[in-house]
Amino acid sequence: MIMGHFNSWVVIILMMIGLYIVIAQGNLIKKLVGLTLFQTSVFIFYISMANVDGATAPILAQGITSYSNPLPHALILTAIVVGIATTAVGLALVVRIKAAYGSIEEDEIDAIDKQEG
Amino acid sequence: MNIVLLTFLLIVAIAIIRTRDLFAVTMLLSIYGLLSASFFVTLDAVDVAFTEAAVGAGISGLLMLVAISITGRKEQSAKRKPFIALLVVSLTTLLLFYGISDMPYFGATDAPIHNHVAPRYIQDSMGEVGIPNIVTSVLATYRAFDTFGEVVVIFTAGIGVFALLSSSNAHSQAKNIIPDQNSMDKRHLVIRIVTKILFPFILLFALYVQFHGDFGPGGGFQAGVVFAAAVILYAMLFGMKEATKVFSQSLVQVVAAIGVLLYASVGVATLLLGGDFFDYNSLASDPIAGQHIGILVIELGVGCTVAAVMMIIFFSFNDLQEQPKADNNKEPEL
Amino acid sequence: MDTLMNFLSALCLLVGALICVSGAVGVNRFNDFYTRMHAASVTDTLGAAFILIGLMLISDQFIVIAKLMIILLLGLIVGPTTSHVLAKAALKNGLKPNIPEQSRNDISKK
Repeated sequence: MIMGHFNSWVVIILMMIGLYIVIAQGNLIKKLVGLTLFQTSVFIFYISMANVDGATAPILAQGITSYSNPLPHALILTAIVVGIATTAVGLALVVRIKAAYGSIEEDEIDAIDKQEG
Repeated sequence: MNIVLLTFLLIVAIAIIRTRDLFAVTMLLSIYGLLSASFFVTLDAVDVAFTEAAVGAGISGLLMLVAISITGRKEQSAKRKPFIALLVVSLTTLLLFYGISDMPYFGATDAPIHNHVAPRYIQDSMGEVGIPNIVTSVLATYRAFDTFGEVVVIFTAGIGVFALLSSSNAHSQAKNIIPDQNSMDKRHLVIRIVTKILFPFILLFALYVQFHGDFGPGGGFQAGVVFAAAVILYAMLFGMKEATKVFSQSLVQVVAAIGVLLYASVGVATLLLGGDFFDYNSLASDPIAGQHIGILVIELGVGCTVAAVMMIIFFSFNDLQEQPKADNNKEPEL
Repeated sequence: MDTLMNFLSALCLLVGALICVSGAVGVNRFNDFYTRMHAASVTDTLGAAFILIGLMLISDQFIVIAKLMIILLLGLIVGPTTSHVLAKAALKNGLKPNIPEQSRNDISKK
């Protein structure tokens, strides 16, 4: 029971660590790092779902009959590249926030917003 | 093996929470990407492992470093204990644990995920498409529309970064910067020579991965990322002026747009020739040859767009960095 | 011949793993940045070389041996370059190597 689902325990803990970083830490770049952690843990979950015991990589070869499920592989391939693209947009936003507010800590940005009304 | 790798991942994740120095956090993130790439290899997902190693361990660390060199390295410690966050997180964890217990065991062959569409892809891929790599055939033929959406998303992200970070100041400043060092500067001799030796091989490897995606792990995404990494390496070491002599800003933007255009025009061509949208059987007289042509052209489109967008992102960040800033980005000199 | 190749390959893999572990121990126990860098780079490159040679000994197709040889060549080029660049960056930014007092006096007396 535990070992059959061991991957999923670890994935849940990693997801929650990522979520905690996004919610609780104040620095904006740290939040983006937490988001990346979250995304990668979801990839691990999908790929462990696609694994079949005793099968090999989904590339057709002579003499092999059982393959891993190729559908989640294709989904996760797209997801990884889209993840890096959105992280890049997030980092560009953080750089602009720094230029506009002078700081990237959430508390200080809130304080500056309140001051300006 | 899985248990060891997953334990390392947990340790690295906890270390990321507790580290205050953003530079170290970036390094830890790259290590995390490399560990997950090894994990994917042990789970037989070779295409995904290739992409994660190239993107997660390479490009994402690089982007974070460039961003940190503009915004600053240190993170301030929290002013108050985040109790509510801990409560929310623990509650969600308990709920997810309860929900997981119903799922079928990983690796079982009779799980529902393996029984509906996947056997059809595995068995019919050779007969209908004719290439050994099933993941490429799923990505490029059976689910071509999803991949089209993704290419458009990547293109939009490139445009977004460019729009956010380009300013008229940057371009006028870039013209006034006189190159103050010739290319074989004594300070950086070793790495410049090694880069000059390795650079053509990296580009060759990117081309190999692009066209070999039908027979082994590879394809457009990985090739685009490796190509962009080679150009970024060159630009970092020899200065933006040298790199923009070959890959100017406007050329890179045009190539990104051409990639999306290639992809869409294949779809329109299949419509005009009488088939469904993205049905490659109508592209040539023999359906298998039509599939090959269709897959080749769209992988080329994907590779062009991914490489160009990565270069756009990096060049936009770099333009911002070359503006003379006050004193808050001490970029460590190499 | 076959069992000899298997035995040699297993030996190479084991030696490579032990070298990498000793590199990790060295990084942990040395107290100066430059000695740590030296431990990490030398042992990593050598350990990777041994592991690749061990893999080369048991592969049967020539294409696999050729690919492994290219990987070995690239590893030998890139590994020392990376550690050189890191050490140079540290020196440029002012991190001085930790020379103990006695040998410093010996050097300055010569």
